[in-house]
Amino acid sequence: MSVPVLEIERLNKSFQTPKTVVTALSGIDLKVQEGEFITVIGPSGCGKSTLLKIVAGLDLAYEGSVKLSDKEVAGPGIDKGFIFQEPRLFPWLTVEKNIAADLSLRNPEVRKKVDSLIELVKLQGFEKAYPRELSGGMAQRVAIARALLRNPKVLLLDEPFGALDAFTRAHMQEVLLDIWQHNRTTMIFVTHDIDEAIFLANRIVILKPRPGSIRGIVPVTLPYPRKKATTSFQSLRLKVLDEFERLEETEYVDRAGL
Amino acid sequence: MSRQAETAGIAGPAAGAPKRRVILALGSLLPVALLAVWQALGDLGYISTMLYPTPLTIAEAFVDLSASGELWTHLQISLTRAALGFALGGGLGLLLGVAVGLFRSTEKALDPTVQMLRMVPSLALAPLFVLWFGIGEESKILLIAKGAFFPLYINTYLGIRSVDRKLFDVSRVLSFGRFKQIIRLVLPASLPNVLLGIRISLGVAWLGLVVAELMASTSGIGYLMSDARQFTKTPVVFVGIAVFAIVGKLTDSLVRMLERRWLRWQDTYKG
Ligand SMILES: Nc1ncnc2c1ncn2[C@@H]1O[C@H](COP(=O)(O)OP(=O)(O)O)[C@@H](O)[C@H]1O
Ligand SMILES: [Mg+2]
Repeated sequence: MSVPVLEIERLNKSFQTPKTVVTALSGIDLKVQEGEFITVIGPSGCGKSTLLKIVAGLDLAYEGSVKLSDKEVAGPGIDKGFIFQEPRLFPWLTVEKNIAADLSLRNPEVRKKVDSLIELVKLQGFEKAYPRELSGGMAQRVAIARALLRNPKVLLLDEPFGALDAFTRAHMQEVLLDIWQHNRTTMIFVTHDIDEAIFLANRIVILKPRPGSIRGIVPVTLPYPRKKATTSFQSLRLKVLDEFERLEETEYVDRAGL
Repeated sequence: MSRQAETAGIAGPAAGAPKRRVILALGSLLPVALLAVWQALGDLGYISTMLYPTPLTIAEAFVDLSASGELWTHLQISLTRAALGFALGGGLGLLLGVAVGLFRSTEKALDPTVQMLRMVPSLALAPLFVLWFGIGEESKILLIAKGAFFPLYINTYLGIRSVDRKLFDVSRVLSFGRFKQIIRLVLPASLPNVLLGIRISLGVAWLGLVVAELMASTSGIGYLMSDARQFTKTPVVFVGIAVFAIVGKLTDSLVRMLERRWLRWQDTYKG
């Protein structure tokens, strides 16, 4: 097997609050292969965002090791694309300039890549539009194009479609799969939607809370494009749900013990 | 979809022109009515034309002053003073505002002093300035600069401090260096506040000019007015007031035009 593009070993993370210490992540071990699509799923507060921020290099106060292409992550950078829940575009820049951001569109190479990315995320005709003229889904596609322009080794997405309506979300999932199949960018996608996790992933990482740790990893071998209504999809769904329910039971017992 | 709606809005100059004319008519309704009543009251002898010269006499004075070139010479001098004072004070305000907004250390070192100076009234400083710099151009320009400094300083500072923290995270993820962070994020994000600061500073510079010229001067629109007052040429005083009002409004409109052009991206309530 090839060398993993991302390697997380014995990762522990705690937050120091004035009164107590909150252990957000404990003993996380995960290897991600190049070109893999990983979804991370878990109840809110189980440390999904914390994990993603650490991989992005936005948070460096942790124990353990996080390596990207065999190099310890030392800070944020363009090799780790990050998509936040909100698009976070620069409101004063048009779509194409948002994608270029600090690069000049007068550079023919940048121009060419921006144009092809606009096509990839299906935003032709909106190159000169300002973010305020875009719908939520369109704005998030601009954010994805902005990250992809920088050829990241891994694209980290923190509940990127969480704020979108069901139809737009389904459409965005298809767009993202298109992009992935086209570019083969390694994806780590955080969500709390089981259908979304199954629809997209090669492997689903299930997190449990208090402290955040990996409950299990479910491989998904269904061929793309997946149909949510098929029995194989539904049986996988039940399997993941089952993990969650067991998780909730232990949670319940834990709390009863308190 | 929204693209279409926008171009449709732009593509209709034929539909836009009458609307603009209506707005213009609406805006001039009140002033025109006031002028008409004023003229009538004066003509009918209800008010003293000595203290309240009628609009027509004022217009006559205006024509005389501009025909002789006197008005334009004084206006040019006044404009130069205001521009120099604004450039000096506003420029410094912008510079210090950026420095104080960007860096905590500069804020701690400078802001308390600046805030203290802000509370010193210009009228209290005027005699001192005259004492130090004489009644020449320096004292006037410095007085104007003092007024123009603070609005730009405070608004720039405020603008920088209200940049969305979430966009800073984006700039880190995109690997902006410190310089790019300032040029690509901080400055454009604080532009609305900076432009507002410029508008207020210009206004203050213009008002400061009156104080400076009325106080001690032998030229400028303010001088023209104080001179006319001594010889009870009331219409000329009114011409001076009108010139101040019109030129002030014109410069303000100029900045607002820039605002409309540069802040097109803003998604705010437009009334
Ligand atoms: N900056 C912080 N300071 C203190 N506690 C934090 C901070 N950020 C997150 N936490 C805690 O860490 C845990 C995981 O948070 P988070 O990663 O945001 O969860 P998720 O994204 O899965 O909803 C939560 O219990 C949260 O309260
Ligand atoms: Mg989260």
